[in-house]
Amino acid sequence: MNKLLKAAAGIVLASALSVSAIAADKLKVGFIYIGPPGDHGWTYQHDQGRQAIDAHFGDKVETVFVENVPEGPDAERTITRLARQGAGLIFTTSFGYMDPTMNVAAKFPDVKFEHATGYKRSDNVSTYGARFYEGRYVIGQIAAQMSKSGVAGYIGSFPIPEVVRGINSFLLGAQTVNPDFKLKVVWVNSWFDPGREADAAKVLISQGADIITQHTDSTAAVQVAEEQGVSAFGQASDMAAFAPNALLTSIIDNWADYYIARTQAVLDGSWVSTDTFGGMDANMVEMGPFINMPAAVKARAEATAEAIKTGKLHPFAGPVYKQDGSIAAAAGTTVDMGTLLGMDWYVQGVDDQL
Amino acid sequence: MSAYEAIILTIITASTPLLLAAIGELVVERSGVLNLGIEGMMVMGAVTGFAASYVTGSPWLGVLAAVLAGVATSMLFGLLTQTLMTNQVATGLAITLLGLGLSGLIGSGFVGLPGVKLTSVSITGLTDLPYVGRLVFGQDPLVYLSVILTLGVAYILKHTRVGLIIRAVGQNHHSAHALGYRVVTVRYACIAFGGATSGLAGAYLSLVYTPQWIENMTAGRGWIALALVVFSTWLPARLAAGAYLFGGVWILGLYAQGMGIGIPAQLLSSLPYVATILALVIISTNRRLSVINTPASLGQGFVPDR
Repeated sequence: MNKLLKAAAGIVLASALSVSAIAADKLKVGFIYIGPPGDHGWTYQHDQGRQAIDAHFGDKVETVFVENVPEGPDAERTITRLARQGAGLIFTTSFGYMDPTMNVAAKFPDVKFEHATGYKRSDNVSTYGARFYEGRYVIGQIAAQMSKSGVAGYIGSFPIPEVVRGINSFLLGAQTVNPDFKLKVVWVNSWFDPGREADAAKVLISQGADIITQHTDSTAAVQVAEEQGVSAFGQASDMAAFAPNALLTSIIDNWADYYIARTQAVLDGSWVSTDTFGGMDANMVEMGPFINMPAAVKARAEATAEAIKTGKLHPFAGPVYKQDGSIAAAAGTTVDMGTLLGMDWYVQGVDDQL
Repeated sequence: MSAYEAIILTIITASTPLLLAAIGELVVERSGVLNLGIEGMMVMGAVTGFAASYVTGSPWLGVLAAVLAGVATSMLFGLLTQTLMTNQVATGLAITLLGLGLSGLIGSGFVGLPGVKLTSVSITGLTDLPYVGRLVFGQDPLVYLSVILTLGVAYILKHTRVGLIIRAVGQNHHSAHALGYRVVTVRYACIAFGGATSGLAGAYLSLVYTPQWIENMTAGRGWIALALVVFSTWLPARLAAGAYLFGGVWILGLYAQGMGIGIPAQLLSSLPYVATILALVIISTNRRLSVINTPASLGQGFVPDR
């Protein structure tokens, strides 16, 4: 029933868009969002990128967006709608839009598509993602230094490679400080459900975790951490306002530069299908201010972030052991990109089964 | 606070909004009206409650505003379905869509602001009692209110004249009308009550559960509440048990995950609906149950034939 409703909401929104969309010669850039821009997390940052396009190009470009589009068939209809309305470039900003994006792209060869965090491409479909796991490594290291109990809680959305990679990277970072650091993982099966994210945080804290981190989109978990006096990290966007005492830092997604560059490419006619996987080096992943921690921890975090940025440090540098004890990357090598992109195993030390 | 207290407290927090929204809908459905707009009324309550408490600084004014917003939204539903005789299912869905959209609009200026939390009760001496202190004497006021409302509804429906009239209107509105009861007025009152408790449930989300305003923060709880009413076979006691069961299963599932016992989260998310389907199957195979409790006029509009 809920799905049906969201679909109906999507149709209502899409038809509302068609009324406002008229301008002819301008390039129209469309965005499909999984949540509301007001989530202060994932979608918020994409919307910041959209606004950056508006600010950068002014009258030359018009941006439109549809929010709260469920993944699956409803997404296909909404993307088609945007393409029919004359969008020349469409950003689909969630993993689950992958197949819908491919299907629609096949029907509209003249429209350029950009799919976030996916792996399927064609002549008019690019993919882009960010190496968030680089930030996860930094916060893992901070967590192990700040934790008194030696246990952190990790709230996951869905067990897809992107999330699993973050969990592994966090723990690998933590293990550089405390090899016995424990990580409890709880899945809430949603990207956005503040109540459940809060429940999960409470559960993890009551089980001994004194550091909470999450790969979901709302600010609920950091608020619970603030209330219960444990530490937390912001995800996707700077969440310091929600937990001024609990927050240590945030991993911030910065899509603005990429969105402006791709829009410019369409305007120039130089757009080609690419696969971008930018990290700290491209400023696609940024760390928020390091707060509520001793100077030594802060200095180490800054040094780690800098080392990742310059390429001196790779979070998945060997030796990396899988949960079952087998070796994933020997000393002197790193886990290769293909394995990272399809990661479906935990590293040793994760207190959960996939 | 021991681990078991923490578990029970979390379960109560997760269950209370379901119970609040569902107890109102139970009364609405007992009067023969199917209001699918719970989610919309709830989210309107959540945004209004947050906004009012943020502006005034008083969580209680927020609660009051949420109740009024819930009632106002439900009265729109009442006007459409009872006076203008629109289809109840379609109108309910429309109210949900309207609520989700309108609340986003109202709340756009309140996103990302720190909320005012409704503080828990604290009674010197009693709240600090070991084991039971926090559970019995240290909840937030809305939890007590939800229990009182449930007991009140159970008593009124079963033991009072008002309850009898509500049930009569829901069972057979023509007979009730022939006996001289004002079917439409009774239904309006019940719809308003449902709106009030849905508004309360919304306030619970934005003032207690996660004290902030985020668009769509109800995240489908209205539908679970609706499922609960069916699950309870329209009985308040069973409704309360179901609310705590749904909340409990969810929280215990999270606990199991945190302890490293793999329970797929997808399975947990679907459990309330699976339980409801099972309840429906049981109701439809047991003729006595369906005859006794299901409001026979559920979802049918009433036009008096003068």
